[in-house]
Amino acid sequence: MIGLEHFLILSGTLFCIGLFGALAKRNAIAILMGLELMLNAVNINLVAFARYVTTGILTGHVFAIFVIAVAAAEVAVGLALIVAIYRDRISVNVDDFDWLKW
Amino acid sequence: MIDFALHNAWLIPLLPAIAFLLIFLVFRPLPKVSAFIGITAIFLSFVLAVHVGIGVIQAGDQFVEHPLKQVVTWFEMSGLKIEMGVQIDPTSAMMLFMVSLVALMVNIYSLGYMHGDQAFSRFYAFLALFAMSMLGLVIAPNLLQMFVFWELVGLCSYLLIGFWWHKYSAREAAKKAFITTRTGDFGLLLGILLLQINFGTLDLMTLGEMIPNFQEYTNLSVGGLTAIAAILFLGPIGKSGQFPLHVWLPDAMEGPTPVSALIHAATMVVAGVYLVGRSLILFQTVPGAMAFVAFMGGFTALFAATIAITQTEMKKILAYSTVSQLGYMMLALGAGSLTGGMFHLFTHAFFKSLMFLGAGSVLHAMNNDADIWKYGGLKKKMPITYWTFLIGCLAIAGIFPFAGFFSKDEILLVVKEASHGAQFAGLYTLLFWMATITAALTAFYMFRMFFICFHGEPRDKSFHPHEAPFSMAFPLVVLSIFSIFGGFIGAPWVEHGFGYYVRLGEYHHPSVDWAIIIVSTILALGSIFLAYWIYGKKAVSHEALAQKFAPLYKISFNKYYIDEIYLWLIHNVLDGLGRALWWFDITVVDGIINGIGNAAKILGSILRRVQTGKLQHYALVLFAGVVILVLIMSFADTSSASLSLLGGVR
Amino acid sequence: MGFPVLTAILLSPIIGALISVFIPKEESKIIKAVAGITTFISLVLTIILYIVYYTQYVKTGIGGFAFTEDIPWVADLGVIYSLGVDGFSLPMLLLTNIIGFTSVFSRSWSVEKRAKEFYILLLILITGVMGTFIARDLFIFFLFYEVVVIPIYIMVIIWGSGSKTKDVTKEYAGMKLTIYLLIGSAFLLAAMIWMYKEAAGILGTPTFDIAKLATIDFSTQFQIVVFGMMAFGFTCLLSMFPFHSWSPDGYAGAPTAVSMIHAGVLKKIGGYGLIRIGLFILPVGAKFWAPLIAIFAVANVVYAALICLAQKDMKYVVGYSSVSHMGFVLIGVASMNIIGLNGAVANMFAHGVMSALFFSMVGYIYAATKSRYIPDLGGLAHQMPVAAVGFVVAAMASAGLPGLVSFVPEFTTFVGAFKEPSLQIPAIIALTGVVLGAVYVLRMVANVLFGPRKEEWDHVEDIKGSYWIPVVVLIVFIVAFGVFPSLLMDMVDSGVQPIAAKLVQATTAAAQMGGSI
Repeated sequence: MIGLEHFLILSGTLFCIGLFGALAKRNAIAILMGLELMLNAVNINLVAFARYVTTGILTGHVFAIFVIAVAAAEVAVGLALIVAIYRDRISVNVDDFDWLKW
Repeated sequence: MIDFALHNAWLIPLLPAIAFLLIFLVFRPLPKVSAFIGITAIFLSFVLAVHVGIGVIQAGDQFVEHPLKQVVTWFEMSGLKIEMGVQIDPTSAMMLFMVSLVALMVNIYSLGYMHGDQAFSRFYAFLALFAMSMLGLVIAPNLLQMFVFWELVGLCSYLLIGFWWHKYSAREAAKKAFITTRTGDFGLLLGILLLQINFGTLDLMTLGEMIPNFQEYTNLSVGGLTAIAAILFLGPIGKSGQFPLHVWLPDAMEGPTPVSALIHAATMVVAGVYLVGRSLILFQTVPGAMAFVAFMGGFTALFAATIAITQTEMKKILAYSTVSQLGYMMLALGAGSLTGGMFHLFTHAFFKSLMFLGAGSVLHAMNNDADIWKYGGLKKKMPITYWTFLIGCLAIAGIFPFAGFFSKDEILLVVKEASHGAQFAGLYTLLFWMATITAALTAFYMFRMFFICFHGEPRDKSFHPHEAPFSMAFPLVVLSIFSIFGGFIGAPWVEHGFGYYVRLGEYHHPSVDWAIIIVSTILALGSIFLAYWIYGKKAVSHEALAQKFAPLYKISFNKYYIDEIYLWLIHNVLDGLGRALWWFDITVVDGIINGIGNAAKILGSILRRVQTGKLQHYALVLFAGVVILVLIMSFADTSSASLSLLGGVR
Repeated sequence: MGFPVLTAILLSPIIGALISVFIPKEESKIIKAVAGITTFISLVLTIILYIVYYTQYVKTGIGGFAFTEDIPWVADLGVIYSLGVDGFSLPMLLLTNIIGFTSVFSRSWSVEKRAKEFYILLLILITGVMGTFIARDLFIFFLFYEVVVIPIYIMVIIWGSGSKTKDVTKEYAGMKLTIYLLIGSAFLLAAMIWMYKEAAGILGTPTFDIAKLATIDFSTQFQIVVFGMMAFGFTCLLSMFPFHSWSPDGYAGAPTAVSMIHAGVLKKIGGYGLIRIGLFILPVGAKFWAPLIAIFAVANVVYAALICLAQKDMKYVVGYSSVSHMGFVLIGVASMNIIGLNGAVANMFAHGVMSALFFSMVGYIYAATKSRYIPDLGGLAHQMPVAAVGFVVAAMASAGLPGLVSFVPEFTTFVGAFKEPSLQIPAIIALTGVVLGAVYVLRMVANVLFGPRKEEWDHVEDIKGSYWIPVVVLIVFIVAFGVFPSLLMDMVDSGVQPIAAKLVQATTAAAQMGGSI
């Protein structure tokens, strides 16, 4: 029988993979992909809790849909930024994007 | 009219004040109108002052003990009330008469003297302002009003000494005068404050009643009151050019001559004497203060006279003579005689302003060349000036029956009486002899100047001297009349003379001391003869004399180097202190402030290394933070404070 | 009161600023006229208020706050938009408006560029200063105080100037000034919040109302600490030694109008706060700190006056002289009796008009000659007689000449100080400032105005047109309040009485309890 724990383990794993990707990858697009993974891990969490803990109430589902919509918007903006930066710097390596330091 | 004048004496200073405003704000472009307004205002004041004087004399000695007083509140607060007003008694009435008369004469004289000056109107404006201030000082019923007008006459003195401000010397002299008198005013203000604190009032009448019994009203000791009196006396020392603050008065001669006659001979400089006279009860209560005043006066009298005998400018000689005579007045006050001091003040005003105006007439004729060794033989060219100046010289030398004779003898008399007194007898004996020597010196230096200027042959042929115009000659004649007859009001044979009205305490009929009269007359005549012998007849070369007494001559000619000492002190000590403190301010105070700023900068430059600019570093720290928070929440005690800090989530 | 007159006074310059926003920036004359008219409206309203209050509240002995307005603002925090004037704040309000109005017509050469922004900021600045003086709510007081800081900084660094005698740039000057003001305000804010919390604990309801806070008897320990923090904040603002060094640099760097407002009124917020908030709410703490304030006050007077002697830059002379004069205010505060406090308050007013005239004249000469280095100048009375008259009047007022505004306040301060036996020696030392004051101003007057004509200044123009306004208005006030000091002193006395009464009551209570203060 597949229970809540299985979903949580899946989502935790997914989150960690995403976190690793976001922190360790040098390619900006890969970082965005890592972020997407983390968001999806959250989505799984939300839906799983909605299914097992608050059965019959759709708040979790609604929230997951929200996250998907926001993620789409975020990717659009993020990619646009990356493209803009790429035009300026000819690079998608985040190590080159350190203009905010002193 | 007399009644009106007595009860509206506040008009006397107010009229010149209005004249000042009118001239300064409206009629400045019109010199003739300005002069007309100025003279009219001071003339009206003079008329009122005369009526006040008549009123006071008619009232007998009623006003001596009970002056006519009108006051309004100037400002008031919980525990402090200051009034402004008018106090009419014989002393102030005498001053009102003297000040307004001399001011009127000087205003008329200036018509001729300042003719054609491009700032003619400004001159009359300032003269009116001065008249206002001086008359306001004279009628002051309390010390603070006196101080207020005291400062205002100082301002006028500053403005008028620096009247020709485009001249470097005039501007420096004006500054020096103001600052030197201000130094004295420090003491005066401090003294006034101490009186206010201890007695709770500055009203002269009330103080006069309280001070003799000061131990009832305050917890001051005799020494404390003596200190207050001595501190207060610093003001008169500055204003009346007493040693060691006399240095400004000779320099003040940079101003136009009418100014010197009015302010620096007859009126403003005697304000110090007047103030001491007004507060004489304070000094009399503590004999130490009296001795101090007498000593400063007597010393200054002799000291200035020794400088005057070697000076080579008419106005400088007259200035040192003024310092010396002011010392005389202080000496009289210090000997306890209000009558003596005020009487000499009264007569001195006439003959000294007469001589200043005469000197002005000479300067006017000699194109403002001040060196007396270029003059000579002016007797024929300027007879009116000659004769009036001679009257002035005789008066100051103390020759019978000129005004100075009576007042000077009065002073010698009171000092002699004081030397038989209980306290400080030795000091007063010494001062008596110093005063006698000063009298002889005075006669000598005055006639030295007189013979050099007016007798002999013209030394410099390039000048074409001419007699003064009517506007200048008229005041000379008026003042010389007062210089001849002014002393009679205090003569011993007058039943109710000067001393009957202007006095403190019981009235003593003036006595005649033949010893003093004979000695002083012989000394004066001898000095005049000596001056004639050296400078008139030229029996002895004055240059040879100067050679023979070279060190003495030099030290006197250079005024004991006091100016140089002061300059050195100011430039090195005071300014040096200023520069040192500025250095301190820039390096230490600013240094600490900038140091704190720099420390913050350095700390920042270390800490900013944390900001790598790399997005992923920030994200890592962020997640690390989240992990730490979760760990704390998982393992910490539920009841601990840290949980409530984190919002109590479990 | 029907018509909210205080709000009208506050709003007038703000409306002026708003109108100016819509005027093209080339029309600098119109902008200046708008600024002049709106500040003039405030000035006239304030003068009317002054007269009404003087006749109806001071002369009748009623006193207290009048023309009050109370509108709850942040109800949960107890913040009330509450305005009002009494005999203490009204002279300060009048001072602000006199100087605000005249500063619009002061001259400084740097303002020819970006005039629009300058006048807008100036109007905001004036409003901010006015607000602090009429606020009866601590929060509103602080709010207006912060409104003041921002325009000052911008104005100094954009329209300011460096000095020839000291290695100081306008950026440094502006920065120093702003940081000092902010450090002061940080301490103030902390003290204020602490007091607010403490008061809320005692009263049960939160309040920032100064009058309500003054009814609370805070514990001695609390008073000492909080008054110390407040005094630090306020005395920084008042340029008390050793926290004074922003003041000469700041004034020298600032354009004329800012120097006038800053030296004239902004500085006085320090003294105002010290008395109205510090002494009134925390009298026991004030008593504790008074000896230290007295010592620093004497240092202020003498130290700054001596430094003035060494200055060769006109603005530094006036800058240090204003530090010196603040010493008199502090001595009055330290005396803690009604006469001394009256003197301190009146001194703030007197120094305000006097230093505004001084800065106005110095600024005018600087603008005309492009130099404020005294050895370069000289004989300027030949070319600019009117400016010379203004300059001499300011100098004489600075030297404390009777008949001008500053004499009676100084005298009163010293009477107050001498009343306290422990203050007599400091007061005597401070009195030497009167002599030193004469020395440095007369030196400057002599070296700048008098002496032989210098041909190189023949091109400069004397005061004309609207530049007459500061000279005439300020001289009128300087002379009027000098000749009739009761116009000012009666007013101040009525305003200070409750504060002095509270001081007496609190200290006697503390003495009875045998507290060690």
